[in-house]
Amino acid sequence: MKITRRVLLAAPGALLLPAPTRADRQSLADALREFTGGQPMREGRVRLDVSPLVENGNAVPITVAVETPMTAADHLRRIGVFNERNPQPNVIIAQFSPRSGRAYLATHIRLATSQALVAVAEMSDGSFWAQRVEVVVTLAACIEG
Amino acid sequence: MRRIAFALLACCSVAVAEERRSGLLDMRPEAQAMQRDDSMNPGMLWVLDGEALWGHKPNPAAQSCADCHGDAASSMRGVAARYPAFDAVQGAAIDLAGRIIQCRETRQGGAPLAREGQELLALTSFVAHQSRGLPIAPPNDAGMRAARAQGQSIYITRLGQLDLSCAQCHDDHAGGRLAGSVIPQGHPTGYPIYRLEWQRVGSLQRRLRGCMVGVRAEPFAYGSAEFIAIEAYLMERARGMEVETPAIRP
Amino acid sequence: MARVLLRVPASVQKGAVIEMRALIQHVMETGYRPNAEGVLQPRDIIWNFTCRYDGEVIFNATLSPAIAANPFIAFTTIATQSGPISFTWEGDNGFAQTETRHITVT
Repeated sequence: MKITRRVLLAAPGALLLPAPTRADRQSLADALREFTGGQPMREGRVRLDVSPLVENGNAVPITVAVETPMTAADHLRRIGVFNERNPQPNVIIAQFSPRSGRAYLATHIRLATSQALVAVAEMSDGSFWAQRVEVVVTLAACIEG
Repeated sequence: MRRIAFALLACCSVAVAEERRSGLLDMRPEAQAMQRDDSMNPGMLWVLDGEALWGHKPNPAAQSCADCHGDAASSMRGVAARYPAFDAVQGAAIDLAGRIIQCRETRQGGAPLAREGQELLALTSFVAHQSRGLPIAPPNDAGMRAARAQGQSIYITRLGQLDLSCAQCHDDHAGGRLAGSVIPQGHPTGYPIYRLEWQRVGSLQRRLRGCMVGVRAEPFAYGSAEFIAIEAYLMERARGMEVETPAIRP
Repeated sequence: MARVLLRVPASVQKGAVIEMRALIQHVMETGYRPNAEGVLQPRDIIWNFTCRYDGEVIFNATLSPAIAANPFIAFTTIATQSGPISFTWEGDNGFAQTETRHITVT
């Protein structure tokens, strides 16, 4: 390969993100399939709250809430949150029971770049519900390095 | 010509001073919420760490901070709002972290505290947190006036390969944007801060070093007279604004 | 011991749904970040968080490197009876820590 100026300029940037190659990297779709066991996911019931515009991807507040009475007969079992373009698609998987009282989870996450986030809820009847949200992570100007 | 430029910049800084604004308000609401609610603010972990160190003897024979200063909630209230202060022993201005280092060395003994080390950041965070909500109130003695004048002169001096002064960004272009980020007015209201980029707590001097590297200048050393002078000037510039420690910043 | 900040109500009415918040000091090193010498820093994360109420697990979460440094987690439970509520974090390099608070239910 002819080493052009462009290749050389691109190289240091590539070294900053030594992500696994595409072949051995689990995709968002694979992670979702692993969580649902291949069951279909429906839209609705899950609400993933995250700012559509994030000024620093190192600590992004998210909350996930699911519509359910949280009774023994009808409750949330698990929430899974997944991302599209971090080095790994998993963010968090949390287990719930009727003792939770509410179907609610909040945490702070990392987003390496602008990408989609998906929250999936597994209900006690075995159904899966999901919401996908696009998040823009703005470019920070004053980073150390 | 340069002198004229400095005079113009000085005018600008006066104009800014009339509508001063904490960097807190330049952040998106989610980051503001993270600062305002202690249970979500990771900077509080450093404050808690400092609280534990406050009552801890650095060696068995030594006294703890609490042995002399008692309950920090009363003895340290307002202290951070008055630093940097003039230190008669050194005959120079000293910053809050420098005072804690000095106390450890001269009164407590034990291992010296490293600048930007966990222990010093924790103790400084804990002490500064006791002033949260109080107005910044720099002392007005002659010694501090000299440090402030030096700090102001550095603030308006162009530095580094980019040939930029602090004032050109933080006075002339505050509220504008650099890439995706809002340029803040640069008030030191919440230090030590939990900076999301650092993913930990750090000092004003670390932040200033980041700015200096950003304009491709050789940063001053931690604890140097130059950094303390800049801090003294910035605290005067922020006089009356509320202490926010531990602040969150992007 | 890592520093921990917990928000758990001390006293609450029976049957109330309470929110609990847990914050712990931890670098959550992803394993994808090079150090100043360009060498990848090994992964060092908390990968599990469990809350027990009177000994029974009421909440569990599996964490990944995508959780922010100094992990923050908030969730809810129904106040059933007075007793201990414990929070356990487990991570790489043998990291394990448990903190307990007591809740009074009236």
